[in-house]
Amino acid sequence: MNVTENQNATLKYFAPHLEKFSTRSKMWAGFLLALIAFGMFGLYKQIVDGHGVTGMRDYVVWGVYIVNFVFFIGVSYAGAIVAGILHLLKVPWRRPIIRLAIMLAVISAIVGPFFIILCIGRFDRLYYLFIHARLQSPIIWDVLAITTYLVGAILFLYLTLIKDFAIYRDTKALNLPPWRRKVFKALALNYQDTEFQKKQVNVSKTLISIIMVPMVVIVSSVLSWIFGMTLRPGWHSSIFGPYFVLASILSGVGVLIMLMYAFRKIYKLEEYFTDKHFVYMGWAMLILAAAYGYVTFSEYLTSWYGSEEWDSRVIDKLFVKEYSTWSFFSTISVIVIPIVVVALKPLRTTNMITLAAFLVAGGMWVRRYLIVVPTLETPLLPIQDVRPEYVNYSATWVEWALTIGGLATFFLFFLLMAKFVTIFSISEYADKTKFAGIDITDTKNVQQ
Amino acid sequence: MSELQNNNRRDFLKKGAWGVTLAAWGQLVFSCSSGEGGEQVAEAGDTVKLLSPEGELVEVKKEHLRHVHTIEKVSKMEARHGIPGRKFVMVIDLARCNNARKCVSACQSMHHLPSDKEWLSVRLMKDSEESAPYWFPKSCFHCDNPPCVKVCPVNATYKRQDGLVLIDADRCIGCKFCMAACPYSTRVFNWSETDLPADADIHSYSPETSTPSKVGTVEKCDFCPDMARMGKLPDCVTACPNGVIYFGDENEDVITNGAETLRFSQVIKDRSGYRYMEELGTEPRVWYLPPRDRLFPVERGFENLPEGLQDELRDMLEEG
Repeated sequence: MNVTENQNATLKYFAPHLEKFSTRSKMWAGFLLALIAFGMFGLYKQIVDGHGVTGMRDYVVWGVYIVNFVFFIGVSYAGAIVAGILHLLKVPWRRPIIRLAIMLAVISAIVGPFFIILCIGRFDRLYYLFIHARLQSPIIWDVLAITTYLVGAILFLYLTLIKDFAIYRDTKALNLPPWRRKVFKALALNYQDTEFQKKQVNVSKTLISIIMVPMVVIVSSVLSWIFGMTLRPGWHSSIFGPYFVLASILSGVGVLIMLMYAFRKIYKLEEYFTDKHFVYMGWAMLILAAAYGYVTFSEYLTSWYGSEEWDSRVIDKLFVKEYSTWSFFSTISVIVIPIVVVALKPLRTTNMITLAAFLVAGGMWVRRYLIVVPTLETPLLPIQDVRPEYVNYSATWVEWALTIGGLATFFLFFLLMAKFVTIFSISEYADKTKFAGIDITDTKNVQQ
Repeated sequence: MSELQNNNRRDFLKKGAWGVTLAAWGQLVFSCSSGEGGEQVAEAGDTVKLLSPEGELVEVKKEHLRHVHTIEKVSKMEARHGIPGRKFVMVIDLARCNNARKCVSACQSMHHLPSDKEWLSVRLMKDSEESAPYWFPKSCFHCDNPPCVKVCPVNATYKRQDGLVLIDADRCIGCKFCMAACPYSTRVFNWSETDLPADADIHSYSPETSTPSKVGTVEKCDFCPDMARMGKLPDCVTACPNGVIYFGDENEDVITNGAETLRFSQVIKDRSGYRYMEELGTEPRVWYLPPRDRLFPVERGFENLPEGLQDELRDMLEEG
């Protein structure tokens, strides 16, 4: 296909990153691999010595692993819904964000499920989930939801990449080894930018966006129903579906802002990821934080006011006793800080918004921990056990090693993706002159 | 049909009576360990006369007697289906429990469980500040609307037609969702490989015996259907010195603790039997008789508890 001057210029700029690994990226990859190896050592310990090496016990049967699972899957759902909505709304400033959002969706949806597998006592029987599946179980709902979603997200990512693959295949600006050209050629599916092909890709992108947006709502509700379907205080609540939908999107928007900031810094892309982008994503974060705050308030107010005995025990732990500090700080960091930072003009800077996004993402992880662990530590019948590790959960180094390993895998996938394709869609920048800043009122350059 | 039921009832009563006789020396096949390997049993002690399989009368030291269960093997299909015509039920008389913990240890030795793993546990309960504390033995409730079975993704735990909720440890993937779903903390997980006693039959796993434990899977009280198939009572019932636990069949409307046999519906009616947390809607198959006219003061139970737990529970009582 015809590659425009601007596209060639942009690719020239990206060429050093796409053509080879710089020393810096090699060191970064080595560091990540070392962390992953550390995680693998933890996994080895867990397989050889059994689940006893984790902090999980008969009361707190799930711990940091399921928190990570919920976190990564939630972040992934956010990526897909942000990409879908931005695509459907056809806002001009969306261009650099969609690719990043959908990459986030795919990568975290691949990393997340590993953590649920770590909770499972017998990985050797994992395939039973398929051959003996029982549709009544919310775990099977989740298996169906995540696999369906993952297929959708990969398809979405691929559809946003087809035009780019054709450009990488045909451009003279990149000095790629022949095998990579071949890969791009295969992946481009003979895309030549004919009117017909253009229409096909665009219609498909719109369709997948229309599918992904409601799908995210459904699948993140399904995620919440692992907890919501049990008869336990703090979990058994009809608000859990919408609660998780909002929590997922909020945490994912936080992560997305951090990624935008990181790539802007590493690749010096100030002209693509402009301050305006951060402000817009900041507004999205503010709205989500307010909505999340509302749902959280509504959830805890209901159980506190109703003050049923079993509910009260959990509420007590969360707001008065052992978890009150974490509860307080996580509430501040995920609800108050994003609202204050974005609402007040002097604070509404890229750096501050990114800092708020970091606190939102970290705080949301803590919020998930506070949903999972205190409830499991509060069974109906009093715990009368002399073994302290059975009474209170505390994660062991094995669990932290695997958590860090999972996070490193997430970053490694991003590093590899950024080496393989540009982190925003080159095909959407056909007509712009070289490195022009994005005029957000200018809609005519946005390809549909 | 009614004749059949009558037959069944007679059959059950007969078996119940058999259980009573057996309770004297236990429904046990004796096994004589010669005490080799330096495990010499103390000299002092009573002897008992027993009939050997060869028909000889032998005298054996009491200490050398050990519980050995012969297991009736059933297929996986039968273990999923249940014992036809039965509907097992348990009634626990809270007025009689003094936390002797014999039920706990009998259950542990029958299922080769380590001493810190309890399928059956006895909790100290105090319902409100004013009410008196009482000991609360708790097995699996074998709910008729079991939250654990609902959530199992692979059909490893299931409800049988005779009312039991069992686990097939060969099927269980160890996701522990059932443990999170059970409101009564009944289920335990095999966090590591269990050390089995030398005489444990490691090859004869069945969901009906639940032994040997399998690492990475969930297990729990199974109401001992293997014993029921032999017409015997679960070990927790026969081990209890106070006859706290009654076991029986709701279809036949009969329960027995080994010493006395009662009509289930009558007991529940006359003595205000209740199920724990009826409002959860799980419909347990275990009924409790309120601790009225108690046989023991609650303090009696403390001496059988480990040191740390005694203090903890005393604190709990003081707090109210």
